[in-house]
Amino acid sequence: MSNPQQLRYSKEHEWLSVAEDGVSTVGITEHAANALGDVVFVQLPEVGDTVTAGETCGELESTKSVSDLYSPVTGEIVEANQDAVDDPSLVNSAPFEGGWLFKVRITEEPKDLLSADEYTEFSGS
Amino acid sequence: MSNAPRLTALDALHRSLGATMTDFAGWDMPLRYASERDEHNAVRTQAGLFDLSHMGEITVTGPQAVDLLNYALVGNIGSVSAGRARYTMICQEDGGILDDLIVYRLADTEYMVVANAGNAQVVLDALTARADGFDAVVRDDRDAYALIAVQGPESPGILKSVTAADLDGLKYYAGLPGTVAGVPALIARTGYTGEDGFELFVAPGDAEKLWQALTEAGAPVGLIPCGLSCRDTLRLEAGMPLYGHELTTALTPFDAGLGRVVKFEKTSHGDDFVGHDALAAAAAKAETAPPRKLVGLIAEGRRVPRAGYPVVDADGTVIGEVTSGAPSPTLGKPIAMAYVDAAHAAPGTAGVGVDIRGKAEPYEVVALPFYKRQK
Repeated sequence: MSNPQQLRYSKEHEWLSVAEDGVSTVGITEHAANALGDVVFVQLPEVGDTVTAGETCGELESTKSVSDLYSPVTGEIVEANQDAVDDPSLVNSAPFEGGWLFKVRITEEPKDLLSADEYTEFSGS
Repeated sequence: MSNAPRLTALDALHRSLGATMTDFAGWDMPLRYASERDEHNAVRTQAGLFDLSHMGEITVTGPQAVDLLNYALVGNIGSVSAGRARYTMICQEDGGILDDLIVYRLADTEYMVVANAGNAQVVLDALTARADGFDAVVRDDRDAYALIAVQGPESPGILKSVTAADLDGLKYYAGLPGTVAGVPALIARTGYTGEDGFELFVAPGDAEKLWQALTEAGAPVGLIPCGLSCRDTLRLEAGMPLYGHELTTALTPFDAGLGRVVKFEKTSHGDDFVGHDALAAAAAKAETAPPRKLVGLIAEGRRVPRAGYPVVDADGTVIGEVTSGAPSPTLGKPIAMAYVDAAHAAPGTAGVGVDIRGKAEPYEVVALPFYKRQK
């Protein structure tokens, strides 16, 4: 697998897109999706919620386990991906595309994020 | 002694197939090859191929083999005819369950006991200790066998294409020696999926050849390799207990709703067996003052219950505990098995919920199993 070069990555295995008009898209990486196995339930923050970098803002359930979803950045939620809520398998089949999770209006400059190459080395894949 | 996980004879093959591996009872086993949901559905509708070589085989032979087993186990092994198998348990003197087992009678005075991987040493030690005074030999055959299972509605057709053995004459819970894909095998019609299927005990050196032959024979009808993750959801839907979850040393077979496996009247070695008195008391108590009951729970929502989560009533009072839980691919909803106070255990009991990380989610109480195949 390859981690898209244009994204930035957290050590909790989320990705963050380059902000457009201050809004970035967030999802989990393919590495994380593979580790989870089939995702069966996605609980996302709601539009208007404030999320904080490094803090939990939702959960992902797979066959074998439940995992917290961490926000890689501080800001306000402007959109949650209803398609991923309705069909959580999108998180497995297209983690960097149709399986994105939420869009956030960034209120604090993100810190401690990794480049694609750094994340590849960190995650080992 | 090394702590490195044990590898099955099919380890290299699993890795070449891209399996995600997991440590299970000291063995490195395939968790899944791709999507565990696809693997689950393949077994329900077509067929799946499993490496179960971690299971622990123990052979018991000798003129008093049956007497030893009747004394050491809770079932009446004397009523198992040659070529048949029996689901049974081995208990402590206090009635606590050491393991659940399948005993195959291979010949008049030869039995194979198949234990769970995590309990195989305990079972071997207990059988060896209990064999004292019997004219019988207990042999550790864990390294003598690889175990490959083919499970699912297409499995009889797949197996027929690679063996001349009389599969139509092989009933559920029967086993016969034969040749499969040129490999000598004990062919058993057993499984842990709720589907028709076969378990093939073969020499480890033959495992890869057999796996490849079954893969080729099964591919046209949808057989895929399957890992332990879907095996767990398959057995959960089928309401089958898993040692360490529904069965522990703290529970008797009666506590687990499986009192039927205990036979107080046996056809050999009198009626004395390890755990007899404690189990007789447990049987009486189950009649008069039933303990918590093992029930099925089906979620109304989508959050998944996990082992150890509390079961609560409408007031939030804890009335039980989840022992296994998973999203059910067949039902499309989360399901669980749980021990629940008898007063709340009747199917349809109102107000039952599972405390999922601090929030009570509504659940429907149902009788097990969740899934029963159409025959």
